[in-house]
Amino acid sequence: MNRWQFFVTHRADILQATATHLSLVAISMLIAIAIAIPLGMFIVQRPALRSIALGVASIFQTIPSLALFGFLIPIPFIGGIGTRTAIVALVLYAILPILRNTYVGLTGIDPAILQAAEAMGMTSNQILWRVRLPLALSVILAGIRTATVITIGVATIAAAIGAGGLGTFIFRGVAMVSDAVILAGAIPAALLAIMADALLALLERHLKVT
Amino acid sequence: MPGNGEQYDVRSCFSMVSIETTANTNLLKLMESTIQFRDATYSVNRNPPLTVVSGILLDVHAGETLVLLGRSGSGKTTLLKLINRLLEPQSGAVIVQGRPTTEWDPISLRRRIGYVIQEGGLFPHFTVAENIALVPTLDKWDPPRTVARVQELLNLVGLDPKQFADRRPYQLSGGQRQRVGVARALAADPPILLMDEPFGALDPVTRSEIQREFSELAQRLGKTIVFVTHDLREARRLATRIVLLQGGHIVASAPPQDFLNIDHPEVRAFAASLDPLPNAPPSAPEVPGARV
Repeated sequence: MNRWQFFVTHRADILQATATHLSLVAISMLIAIAIAIPLGMFIVQRPALRSIALGVASIFQTIPSLALFGFLIPIPFIGGIGTRTAIVALVLYAILPILRNTYVGLTGIDPAILQAAEAMGMTSNQILWRVRLPLALSVILAGIRTATVITIGVATIAAAIGAGGLGTFIFRGVAMVSDAVILAGAIPAALLAIMADALLALLERHLKVT
Repeated sequence: MPGNGEQYDVRSCFSMVSIETTANTNLLKLMESTIQFRDATYSVNRNPPLTVVSGILLDVHAGETLVLLGRSGSGKTTLLKLINRLLEPQSGAVIVQGRPTTEWDPISLRRRIGYVIQEGGLFPHFTVAENIALVPTLDKWDPPRTVARVQELLNLVGLDPKQFADRRPYQLSGGQRQRVGVARALAADPPILLMDEPFGALDPVTRSEIQREFSELAQRLGKTIVFVTHDLREARRLATRIVLLQGGHIVASAPPQDFLNIDHPEVRAFAASLDPLPNAPPSAPEVPGARV
């Protein structure tokens, strides 16, 4: 079978899988952002919690992705077979880069600016929201960008626990020993990652404060 | 862009500006805006504790420009931070407008005290106008009043509001940034102004221009100003009184015209720094303990 013929004959399936893949990534990223950025803002003001939060987030990052999916299956409520489990695992992976960049961005502000803010009579909350956060935005976005690219890749493995997406073709292609079928999953996944990276890089440059 | 707001006639600039104070309120401010150090000591909590300043006894009179002079590490900046409660004394007291700083709510204390640091410490993500409007915004002034005040202040520091209000700090020269820093500190018309080596990063020409303008401005506004510097030339130019610090202690205090007559080794060391000639009289010996 011609390699590209498979693309043409299965284009509807591939598009469908790409859409599923994208929605898995989008939902996971939204949840990860909603957890990691507030958590990062929280630990900036409570240094005692910093190493705990970053440590736990790092541990999830070190678990091989296939193993993490496996571990989650028997857990009640968040586990099982399907989309929900996949999203939980993807969120756990995406948290660390966002959390770490949020923390680094918020703490890496020029001390002279922070001292001026404090001396002008800003409360620590005002300093956090009006000074630290806006100045950290491009660093936080860099974390979101890294996390998005990772999540697009890891999401292919979610097919192993029945969450669908482009991984479906990859697993099927491996089983069938067919390059064409593997590529039908791999190429769109790679394209998605490249496009997401470029788009977010553009946004990041736009937000950077000179 | 050379010259934008950098060169201009000082007299014409200041004469056009109306200052937001009448004689009466000025007098009222003069009476309340004093700072007193009562045997204040501050040390860093280390083992063994490192004393940064100790036994400080100092009255800052209303309306004077008091310059704290000293080498790096002599405790000048620490004294400044004790005034707006960025630091608290371990013993003794620092009294601002009749109340020890430890009894002030730090936020409301700081909003009554203007603060200027090197390069202005401007917020890079704010425009010039937003930077100047910082304290009015925090104090929730209504927008028209804030806008008018920003215009007034830009004129006061010699920057054309039309040209500069919407710029960001990175689009300004060092001298312009410093002017904006001064304008921001003056925004809510605080009776006290603290300045920590504000002109230290400027080139010598711009620096002396700004010093000249600032000393005129200081006289006109009648603020109580505490100014930190390690530059005797700058101190003599701006001060109504120079207080010399060495190793966390006050070692000399005098009006600028009498300062060099004081018989103290550290005064002589600073006096020697004024003379750039290599065959100048031998400088005073390095005083042990001058650096902390």
